Amino acid sequence: MTISAERPTEVAASSVTPPVQSGRVGWTQRPGWMSQHLGTAIVLGIVGYLFGHWLGHEITGDYAYIQNSGQNSSANFFALLFGVVGWLLGIGALNYPVAKLFGREPNQEPTVEGWSKYFRYTLDHKVVGLQYVVGVLLFMFTGGLLAMAIRAELLNPTTHLFGPGTYIEIVSEHGTIMMMMATSIIVGPLGNYFVPLMIGSRKMAFPRIEAFSFWIFVAGYAVIFSALPYGGFPTGWTGYAPLQTQAGPGMISYLFGFAVIGMGMMAAGFNIAVTIINNRAPGMTWSRVPIFVWSILATAALLTLATPTLFAAGLFGILDKTAQTAFYVSEHGGSSYLWENLFWFFGHPEVYIMALPGFGIVAEILPVFTRKPLFAYKVAASGMIGVALLSFFVWQHHLFQSGINPDMRPLFMLTTELISIPTGFIFLVGMGTLYRAKIRFEIPMLFAMALFFNFLIGGVTGVFLSDVPVNVTVHGGFFVLSHFHYTIMGGLLFAFMAGLYYWLPKMTGRMMNKKLGLWHFWTMFIFFNLTFFPMFIIGLLGQPRRVFTYAKNLQGLNDFSSISAFLLGLSFLLFFANLMYSMYIKPVKAPANPWDSLGLEWQTASPIPEYNFERIPVVMTDPYHYSEVGAPPVADMGTGAPPVVSTTSGSSPA
Amino acid sequence: MSTENSMKKETHHLRRMATIWVILSVAADLLFMFWVAPHVPPGTMTDTARANQFDFNVLFLMAFPVLIGVWVYMGYAIVNWSAKRAGVPEPVGGPAARGNLKAQVSWIVVTSIVVLFLAGFGTVALINGNGSGGGEGPNPVWMPAGSAKAETAALTSSASWTPGSNQVLVVQVIGQQWKFTYRYPQFGGFESPQLILPNNTEIAFNVTSLDVIHSFWAYQLSVKADANPQQNNVAYTKTAQLGNFTVRCSELCGIWHGSMYNYGKVVSQSNFQNWATTTEAANAANTKNLPPFAWTYVPDANGAAGGYYIDGNVTPYSQVETYGAKQPAS
Ligand code: HEM
Ligand SMILES: [Cu+2]
Ligand SMILES: [Cu+2]
Repeated sequence: MTISAERPTEVAASSVTPPVQSGRVGWTQRPGWMSQHLGTAIVLGIVGYLFGHWLGHEITGDYAYIQNSGQNSSANFFALLFGVVGWLLGIGALNYPVAKLFGREPNQEPTVEGWSKYFRYTLDHKVVGLQYVVGVLLFMFTGGLLAMAIRAELLNPTTHLFGPGTYIEIVSEHGTIMMMMATSIIVGPLGNYFVPLMIGSRKMAFPRIEAFSFWIFVAGYAVIFSALPYGGFPTGWTGYAPLQTQAGPGMISYLFGFAVIGMGMMAAGFNIAVTIINNRAPGMTWSRVPIFVWSILATAALLTLATPTLFAAGLFGILDKTAQTAFYVSEHGGSSYLWENLFWFFGHPEVYIMALPGFGIVAEILPVFTRKPLFAYKVAASGMIGVALLSFFVWQHHLFQSGINPDMRPLFMLTTELISIPTGFIFLVGMGTLYRAKIRFEIPMLFAMALFFNFLIGGVTGVFLSDVPVNVTVHGGFFVLSHFHYTIMGGLLFAFMAGLYYWLPKMTGRMMNKKLGLWHFWTMFIFFNLTFFPMFIIGLLGQPRRVFTYAKNLQGLNDFSSISAFLLGLSFLLFFANLMYSMYIKPVKAPANPWDSLGLEWQTASPIPEYNFERIPVVMTDPYHYSEVGAPPVADMGTGAPPVVSTTSGSSPA
Repeated sequence: MSTENSMKKETHHLRRMATIWVILSVAADLLFMFWVAPHVPPGTMTDTARANQFDFNVLFLMAFPVLIGVWVYMGYAIVNWSAKRAGVPEPVGGPAARGNLKAQVSWIVVTSIVVLFLAGFGTVALINGNGSGGGEGPNPVWMPAGSAKAETAALTSSASWTPGSNQVLVVQVIGQQWKFTYRYPQFGGFESPQLILPNNTEIAFNVTSLDVIHSFWAYQLSVKADANPQQNNVAYTKTAQLGNFTVRCSELCGIWHGSMYNYGKVVSQSNFQNWATTTEAANAANTKNLPPFAWTYVPDANGAAGGYYIDGNVTPYSQVETYGAKQPAS
């Protein structure tokens, strides 16, 4: 069936030609070593770090941490501050704003061709998306190695691989790295890459802010590891004061690291929200916006509104540790509760920053692999907004036993349990979409289905945790640990994998190998559950979190969990192997639309032109008209080529 | 496909799923009730533990049908609606597949009822349980009879406790890196490294810390209360069985957090009385050197102001930071 590709006239007029580059040749366009790229960023970052360290020592030498050891919190703070500024200078993030500051017409950022654009301050959202893929995989790989170390230590309750200090250092680095990664794991790579494509935009609203959010994210990685020479920090990812106040200079790396990552989160969130609100193609009404975009919009709102709290809390901590203020020091009029409140006021919305994009991916790809429209689209979208709003009202469920506002516990119990209503919408949507479907079990679909299995356990145990009488037993133990791994790893990470397997063909033009993919999926699914399910029982039997020794009768369960964890680690290696194999060793060219998707992102040319769409598309329906006879095409692409139309049976490619 | 035909198919799918769901849920709940429920933590050593165990079991019994419902549905879908299977019906498109008001409304109504029930149930349990053994801050609103009186008296030297008197026993839990100690204000405020409690007695734990945040977790008693510096955090329980219990710190408090645990004991009231009076006498000389009993203590890292709990370890003075400087509590 064909549909006439007649274009409304006002649209032809609105199609923009790519802007002409300004004539001036600046720093950034110079060849070779003189231009700005990852190399200059590293060099200036190191120079800044050393300078800051020296400076900090000069001005606060009196506050040496250990006599004659040269360790000093202020020195670490200045080192990191100047290091990050040097890094941003080196990569070229400051060229534009600084030029503007001095009233000069800024140089255009370079249009570098070839692979070297991936190592530069590049403004194309597709490049930034791929940079983010590599970035989050780096975070994940390092954090994963640390997890292996944790599980190795827990193999035996009495024989220790690490000293207690090293163990806490590893646990803290693992938690912090993973939480930092999880803030961006989907929004960064897939959000940046696909939101403009899915809403029919040629770019992000603020391309420089988008590049900034990536490069500052990488700086955060370096900052958090800068704690290592100081022996790390002892507080875990939650950074509770006064342990924080008491800790060595490594603590500054945590506080400053979250501030740095926080800047990236706010920048990315703001940029994406503005893009979605303002850059939608003609015809992309709110009721046609793909559900993945809705989830990213809700996430972006949380990123923008919740992160400032973390930023301020980190700043207070840094002041306490360097300028001798007393925000969190109760002896001097501060309060250890202040940190707990500020941290979780950010921390709980953060939890949904880590859940919503996963829901979005799953809801987006279910229709493709069931060949059915998305069930209850409006419920799905409103559920995401509902979750985002409610997530600001539940933070004290992390503090049920802390003695803070004890009379408010019924209220926070209520709000926390209420949030499982909109969270449950995702199950309604998923189950409705599966109803009498024609399921194609491709790798992305397997990961999406696994999310339902894992997240169900995560959500139900969340309701257990929010019941205060039960919370008395499970708070602070392995039960909580297992709960949030089921939601974050079992939810977000599985969704990320679904998204990668689904969209990599569009991003790279290459298919992921299906056989290796199957091996990867099944090992990850099985060993994930075998690793974390026993932890519920371990928690119920009384093992607190972040301990290096435990009751002897728990060794069997702990060993079972550890061995499964090592196999889970191997499963990630399978993923990397598949990535290498399918992308570099034996690339197989991907068809233009391997999954017969109706999504707008699949309708543009492959490889995607730099400006995404030759003409701005005119969106005609939402992208879920699977199995509908006579459904209109998703969009008029304006290229003269016949638009892709839904097939009636859904069984053969369009 | 006629609508009539598809309606019939629909009820047929749903009825089959519902049957499997009911059978599996009932089986799971029954198995759980008789086989697992009596052993669910935190056990029955105190009234609080018993009440919290009941809460836990109610949640489990409600959780199984939910889990099984989704699993049965997903499993059914995988088996019956896979594209590989011959004779799969053409998937429905159009408005029929985009939503179903009845399904959506009933989903929302049912989940809301479940959730509101749970919130109400939890609240009632929390209030009836005098805070369910959780930390209630310095001014608890839900407390057992007589505890306010006992707590007020604890600050005066006239406080006392005798077996069979139905009095509330006030125990202060002091957390510090990396050990718990316990003070008994009704016995002259002596301090003990061991937590001994009388049976069938209402206990008021007053938890505080001298340094960082710890969390006093008496697992079998079902008591958990954070130990915050300069804050009193009160938690109640009523002992119901003789025996040993474990105390672990459940809030990360530095490098030796993992070894911050000890064991306590519930003994008969008269044995407790014996132990307490003997220890009070034996410790009298030490008790004189302790700061007067109070709900919180201001630690002085310098050790010069006199009010400091000397922990017997090497704590070199540092104006700014002391982390890592201490040795483990022996
Ligand atoms: C049905 C929805 C959920 C409910 C009712 C729920 C409830 C809770 C509660 C009450 C706690 C506090 C436990 C304690 O420390 O005593 C908690 C902890 C936690 N939850 Fe959830 N949760 C839900 C969903 C999620 C999701 C979607 C995520 C992340 C994707 C998540 C991540 C976490 C994390 C990271 C913690 C522990 C933080 C820490 O102490 O380090 N939860 N949850
Ligand atoms: Cu939370
Ligand atoms: Cu502790």
